[in-house]
Amino acid sequence: MTSSSPTRRAPLLATYAAFVFAFIYLPIVVLILYSFNRDGVGGFPPRHLTLNWYAQLFADAPIWDSVLNSLIVAASSVVLSLGLGLLAALALDRATFPGKALFRRLVLLPLILPGIITGLSLLMFAVFAGVHLSLLTVFLGHGTALISVATTELFAGLQKVDRAQEEASLDLGATPWQTFWRITLPNLKLSLIAAGLLIFTLSMDEIAVTFFLIGRDNTLPLQIWGRLRRGITPEINAVSTLIFAVSVALIVIWYRVRARGLGTQAQELLERP
Amino acid sequence: MYSRAYKSLVSLPPLLWVGIFLLLPYALMFAHSFWAVREGLVVHQWNLHNYKILFSNPLYAGVLFRTMRIAAAVTLCSLLLGYPLAYYLSFHAHARKELLYQLVIVPLWVSYLVRGYAWKTILGSDGILNGFLQYLHLTHEPVVFFLYSPFAVVLMLTHIYTPFAFLPIYAALEHIPRPLVEASHDLGAGSTQTFLRVILPLSMPGLLAGATFAFVLSLGDFLAPLLVGGPSGIMIANVVQTLFGAAFDWPLGATISVFILILTVSLLFLSELLEKRWSFK
Repeated sequence: MTSSSPTRRAPLLATYAAFVFAFIYLPIVVLILYSFNRDGVGGFPPRHLTLNWYAQLFADAPIWDSVLNSLIVAASSVVLSLGLGLLAALALDRATFPGKALFRRLVLLPLILPGIITGLSLLMFAVFAGVHLSLLTVFLGHGTALISVATTELFAGLQKVDRAQEEASLDLGATPWQTFWRITLPNLKLSLIAAGLLIFTLSMDEIAVTFFLIGRDNTLPLQIWGRLRRGITPEINAVSTLIFAVSVALIVIWYRVRARGLGTQAQELLERP
Repeated sequence: MYSRAYKSLVSLPPLLWVGIFLLLPYALMFAHSFWAVREGLVVHQWNLHNYKILFSNPLYAGVLFRTMRIAAAVTLCSLLLGYPLAYYLSFHAHARKELLYQLVIVPLWVSYLVRGYAWKTILGSDGILNGFLQYLHLTHEPVVFFLYSPFAVVLMLTHIYTPFAFLPIYAALEHIPRPLVEASHDLGAGSTQTFLRVILPLSMPGLLAGATFAFVLSLGDFLAPLLVGGPSGIMIANVVQTLFGAAFDWPLGATISVFILILTVSLLFLSELLEKRWSFK
């Protein structure tokens, strides 16, 4: 880790990197700034800072209904896709069955295909099955599409798990069931939390699949989408700023969890005789 | 080591679920592409009519070419922004590397819709960019072509996919053994030569993965054109969306979807193949 070769200063490259960062962050900064602007989302410079848009937002019942809907869909999607993703990861890691390669590709398909294709396929399936569109169809869509994320994360986690621990557990007389709960699952704790957070955030933000599966009750992104068509007010900036704050909070929590996990792992290593 | 019962217990539920809720819907999409519409109803009459329309109607070819052009522009811009950034982080950021890396990741957690909306408020005719230009007395009338143009779509998608392009490039650059770079310098190569003959070829798989991400993700986007594209920024997925909505021609919509699906999967397959060929070791 000594001097990695081209250590000479590169002012031009540094300036360019700063420019790219500015490009990436410009819309986010603008968004937050104008959520406090009394005169709406246009114009420059922003004048007369106010919290009115936030006050309006907190009194806006449809928005909070949609937030609740999104939370319900996201939380249940986490449960469904983590459960099935865990089994799928175990199956891919440990079982052999006909069509395994096809299964792996199929599970990952929603991750690489444009959302509109997965969304429309599920819409046709709902019509075919005679199911009315509602939050339930949105949940089934999210939960199913996000099995891909859970499987990827948990399969990577399983690859790092020490198989010898499970063998020892089985040799010492524990049942496969006990081994699963006491060895396999605790070893996957970090991957489960990581996948859960990722699925939750992706579901809260999902719009391409939701677009085609939504019934009468809106999720938050669909609610915002509907308002964008009717004209825009800084109230949308305010709700976006809050979503941003919550996302950043989730990332910080995730790093804390991971740091603690790494800490205990390092400690265990040190305490080994 | 694992019993038969264990193996079937973990395999069966996801197999069944994925079979019913993914394989069946995708299969239904394929089936629809061979069906027809009569008097506002989808009839299960197997035919190739939809594929004939897709390949003979110049309207669809036109939108498809525009979509490809937009996706290619987004890919090029994302690489032009993402590669130098990844190179800077990997070779020049030193102690700040971890922090800067996190700064690239954070926007990935910010809602797609929210970022698109932000661009809309910036580019609009009474938007922030126009306000800024008038504030500086550079323009006196609002400039209208910022928003509702293919340019706006490329800008918004570039903003969203630059971090996606950055990630695999950065990973590839981090994996380059530093002694190789040092050896190149020791043997008398300059910075440019080292970059062109050592670093760039070794980072090719990452570059390719980043390009594939940006291109494939842009190809199927239908929200950016609706948000900031306007009529001149319509892409192929918008045509699909209209066929499933107001135009009510599910079979033709399914046909175009199948076409996008096949295009996406072949591009990913091709990229995987090239990546394997270009990886060292």
